[in-house]
Amino acid sequence: MAEKVLMKGNEAIAEAAILAGCRHYFGYPITPQTEIAAYMAKKMPLVGGVFLQAESEIAAINMVYGVSATGKRVMTSSSSPGISLKSEGLSYLAGADLPAFVVNVQRGGPGLGGVQPSQADYFQATRGSGHGDYHMIVLAPASVQEMASLTLRGFDLADRYRMTSMILADGTMGQMMEPVTFETGDIQPPPEKPWATVGTDLRRKHNVVNSLSLVPEELERQNFARYERYAQIEEKEPLWESYMMEDADICIAAFGIAARVSKNAITEARRRGIRVGMIRPITLWPFPRAAFRAAAEQVHSIISVELSMGQMIEDVRLAVECRVPVTLCNRAGGMIPSPEQVLCEIEKAAEKENCR
Amino acid sequence: MIVFDRPHALADLPMHYCPGCTHGIIHRLVAEVIDELGIEGRTIGIAPVGCSVMAYDYFTCDMIEAAHGRAPAIATGVKRSDPDRHIVFTYQGDGDLASIGMAETVHAAARNENITVIFVNNAIYGMTGGQMAPTSLPGQITQTSPYGRDVNQCGYPIRVCEMLAQLDGPEYLARVTVNSVKEVRRAKAAIKKAFQNQVDKKGFSLVEVLSACPTNWGLTPAAALRWIDEKMIPYYPLGVYKDRSAKKEDEK
Repeated sequence: MAEKVLMKGNEAIAEAAILAGCRHYFGYPITPQTEIAAYMAKKMPLVGGVFLQAESEIAAINMVYGVSATGKRVMTSSSSPGISLKSEGLSYLAGADLPAFVVNVQRGGPGLGGVQPSQADYFQATRGSGHGDYHMIVLAPASVQEMASLTLRGFDLADRYRMTSMILADGTMGQMMEPVTFETGDIQPPPEKPWATVGTDLRRKHNVVNSLSLVPEELERQNFARYERYAQIEEKEPLWESYMMEDADICIAAFGIAARVSKNAITEARRRGIRVGMIRPITLWPFPRAAFRAAAEQVHSIISVELSMGQMIEDVRLAVECRVPVTLCNRAGGMIPSPEQVLCEIEKAAEKENCR
Repeated sequence: MIVFDRPHALADLPMHYCPGCTHGIIHRLVAEVIDELGIEGRTIGIAPVGCSVMAYDYFTCDMIEAAHGRAPAIATGVKRSDPDRHIVFTYQGDGDLASIGMAETVHAAARNENITVIFVNNAIYGMTGGQMAPTSLPGQITQTSPYGRDVNQCGYPIRVCEMLAQLDGPEYLARVTVNSVKEVRRAKAAIKKAFQNQVDKKGFSLVEVLSACPTNWGLTPAAALRWIDEKMIPYYPLGVYKDRSAKKEDEK
């Protein structure tokens, strides 16, 4: 199916998941991602799959744990407060080395917050979200097309590395409609899963899916082994888009909707003679550190544009190791920075660094 | 001639349970039933958090260890993954099933999820050292109710079978105990029915087993078995609380 179709971001995720071979969806209604559940409720029965509305986000993530333990592709989706509830399960999935695909269409917080778009779950997503030492692969789409393509990629990554991959979108990405094509050519069949609990058939020793390990030496060994896997991911899997960075004096760091707003600001700034570009992380974990580290040798300053009180900025600062100043341009609580606000920050940086 | 042997579905391992604890009997009954129904090769068991957290070592079928209280949700996922093949049971204590996991229990029952739940009720949190459970009796002394469970302050014990029997969903709900040979035989019959129901695709079957915890009750093993008769059964009467198929047979 390479034809272009017009779809909502949330629906594009659902369709891509089915194409990726996901036949089990468990969820609980929460704005602004409920279209995913509605789409699955309609489509799953038609493809022989299972849609089940769980009694809570906690139950939904544990149903995901159950299907994943049997080796099949499975997903859940929610929005910020719901992801907090799922975080217990996300930690257990990590501890049991189970693959899972999870979507967070973020809304403003903390607490019940609001229902407008936000990026304030960046820390929660990139720092694991639940208890213990672990990571999730975090994918940040900036278009409906990427909602689809990163979903396909997310299932592959989850299976390949036996861990959760999460789409970290925001309410805008979920709700907006854009043309999308589904490139099914790249879909990998799931790998063999000899560890799955599907019944021994009395032909092998029993498999145990477990995150309990009472001997500290053994638990430490598991943690080190997991982090060796994470090190490979940090080396191989970072994704980012470089936009007009060739001659840039100023660099914008932004993902998702913030990156789209920033592109408008960059166009206007360049019209005014300021050489500004952007690095848009597509994977938030692993963070594209190398890209920012390289940019730090070239630009005078970096502006992190975020729909939060400044979360990704910490990763940008870690990546550039104090080589250049990093400032924040942000809105929070469901508000989106305007291109004018971003432009204003670019102009301020240009004045300060004398690079107009 | 061998007249008594370890069931194949029970691993040949020393168990970590305290002397006089009845988990060992209940494990054995589950394993005997799995053997008798010939389902070990397609059975997936789910262990809880609590004293039986390491039950995943004691059964030879595939096993999953759940987060505290979440076993019925995980069981739902495992069952829905391949409903025709997978036989799924959860093995849960009172804190796991009736406190932190109450929502998962009630909703799995309401959905008539085709799984088997073995609910071990010993009226106390054993693993953590004897705290008040949702099923601790009025006046019962525990580490967190040192003056006895005060129902005015922390409410009444929950009778799980009676409560779930109000739902239209579940297929089979029974309460048994294992404090005598006679009761062990009855318990086995109930557990077997709860697994047979799943094989026959009848739906959610829960067997509550009144179980002894001499260590945390502060009793000898023999006195603990008597305590079940004297204290627990009067509050938690034994019997079948729901048997939908039997009811349908009666109506014919």
